[in-house]
Amino acid sequence: MSTFLKNARMHRSLMIGGVLTLLLLSVAVLSLFWTPWSPTAIDIANKLKGPSAKHWLGTDHLGRDVLSMLMSGSQISIIVGFLAVSVGLLVGVALGALASTYRGWVEELIMRMSDFSIAFPIIITAVLLTAILGPGTVNSILAIGIFNIPIFARITRGAANAAWAREYVMAAQTCGKGRLRITIEHVLPNISGALIVQATILFAVAILAEAALSFLGLGTQPPEPSWGKMLNNAQTFVGLAPHLAIFPGLAIALSVMGLNLIGDGLRDVLDPKLARAR
Amino acid sequence: MIAFLLRRIATFLATLAIASVVIFAALELLPGDPAQIMLGIDAPPDALEALQKKLGVDRPVVERYFTWIGGLVVGDMGESFTYVMPVSDLIMTRLGVTLPLALLAALISVVIGVPVGLYAAANHKTPRDYGVMIFGQLGIAIPNFWFAILLVLVFSIYLGWFPAGGFPGWDAGFWPAIKALILPAFSLAIVEAAIFARISRSAVLDVLREDFVRTARAKGLSRKSTLVKHVLRNAMIPIITICGLELSSLLVGTIVIEQVFNIPGLGRLVFQSLTQLDLMVVKNLIMLLVALVVFINLVVDLLYAVIDPRLKHQGH
Repeated sequence: MSTFLKNARMHRSLMIGGVLTLLLLSVAVLSLFWTPWSPTAIDIANKLKGPSAKHWLGTDHLGRDVLSMLMSGSQISIIVGFLAVSVGLLVGVALGALASTYRGWVEELIMRMSDFSIAFPIIITAVLLTAILGPGTVNSILAIGIFNIPIFARITRGAANAAWAREYVMAAQTCGKGRLRITIEHVLPNISGALIVQATILFAVAILAEAALSFLGLGTQPPEPSWGKMLNNAQTFVGLAPHLAIFPGLAIALSVMGLNLIGDGLRDVLDPKLARAR
Repeated sequence: MIAFLLRRIATFLATLAIASVVIFAALELLPGDPAQIMLGIDAPPDALEALQKKLGVDRPVVERYFTWIGGLVVGDMGESFTYVMPVSDLIMTRLGVTLPLALLAALISVVIGVPVGLYAAANHKTPRDYGVMIFGQLGIAIPNFWFAILLVLVFSIYLGWFPAGGFPGWDAGFWPAIKALILPAFSLAIVEAAIFARISRSAVLDVLREDFVRTARAKGLSRKSTLVKHVLRNAMIPIITICGLELSSLLVGTIVIEQVFNIPGLGRLVFQSLTQLDLMVVKNLIMLLVALVVFINLVVDLLYAVIDPRLKHQGH
């Protein structure tokens, strides 16, 4: 563990990523209790103002405080990211583990199903869901979550199949343990590193996708502040108030980069062999 | 090779069949009468009845599904009730905008991404390499629609070089049409270029570790000609695969970017038909997009087998 920490401290991308992600999380937590202004308070008299001492990041076309909206908007990004990754993780890991535990037709069926899912990219699933359910945050969570399932299933199955060939699994088999029990007690704990790395990267993908979906009006709906929605509004006024377009985009890019850097860094730290190769 | 080809094509057709059932079933799940949804609550009864008849709501589900598929096979996608024209004509017109946009973006991203990746690999572990890696991290973290807005801000509003949106149509001449597509194509291309740069870099680095590279250097070949003659050719396999896969994500990306630039392509059509609840268009359009994505994947798989003969003999 101490070597892990030492590696982690030395690893630059892990550190930068950690700081950015910590910042994102603290802003989201802080916004639950406090924002400089109410993120939904409309003040038409002060609309489209640039950054000032009163409104640090300026105001939007309805005079709402951009900083406050950004702060509350981080909640939606995190909630959607967390739930979408959880859906993918729970279902995907279960399917991947089943495939690798029972092999044969079970594996074949699950893998063909995950091949099929390539036909449904996030946006297309979201459009289909919107046609059925109407727009909303749930669509984003479902569309991104469904997209994540086969990714986790493939990673889990690949790593688990490799683990099944290892000595500790053979030892467990010799002890007479059942296949499912071996998967749960030995295989899954040993492949958790790869899964954590993947979850971090897919969290970043989810934040990007959520922003795109709410930008398109398929995801989170106003007055709930979301970064994508803010960029959608900003587009109309970009000539008059460029700050409206710049800050939400920066927030998205920094959050995504933070998580990606953590993912890359964790992969290096958890798998030093690969790190040397890079 | 024949067996491989047949198996891939069978998978392709099976995927399309399942996808069509999923799409059909999803839109059938809509609560209520589709004709009522399309026309609104206060629709005149005779118009409602006419549309119901056209949609065939009174016929059994299975029959409706096969009518739809039968039509698709011969290119008949029914009629759009908002545009009052055959859906297939509507889609073909829009495809004439979306496809050039996606191809232009693909071209830009390959032209930028691949050389940048090679440059980084050739300068492995130098500040130039790290510079490229930072570009790569930025590129995959920046949402393309945000980049699009920034491009509009700089190149349309401040500099006035390109239109901020809209599309004059190909009738307006080649240059005005291309000019309207340049900013959208660049917004799409930057993310893909970052991905290409990362992939090309690691593909080249992988090949550089191979024994034949050491042999080439040992027999006295210069660093440069080893890179060009031996490394590049071998690194092309993963690069081409990714190019193909990225083409489908570019196609999907146009949905977002067309919305930003107000370009009348397939992406705009998706949203127009969605807000107008023109389900006939939504259904066929999603099916077409899914078919295109799956088709691109099929082509990539086949190309991959042609380039890398080792694959033909393996199961997958």
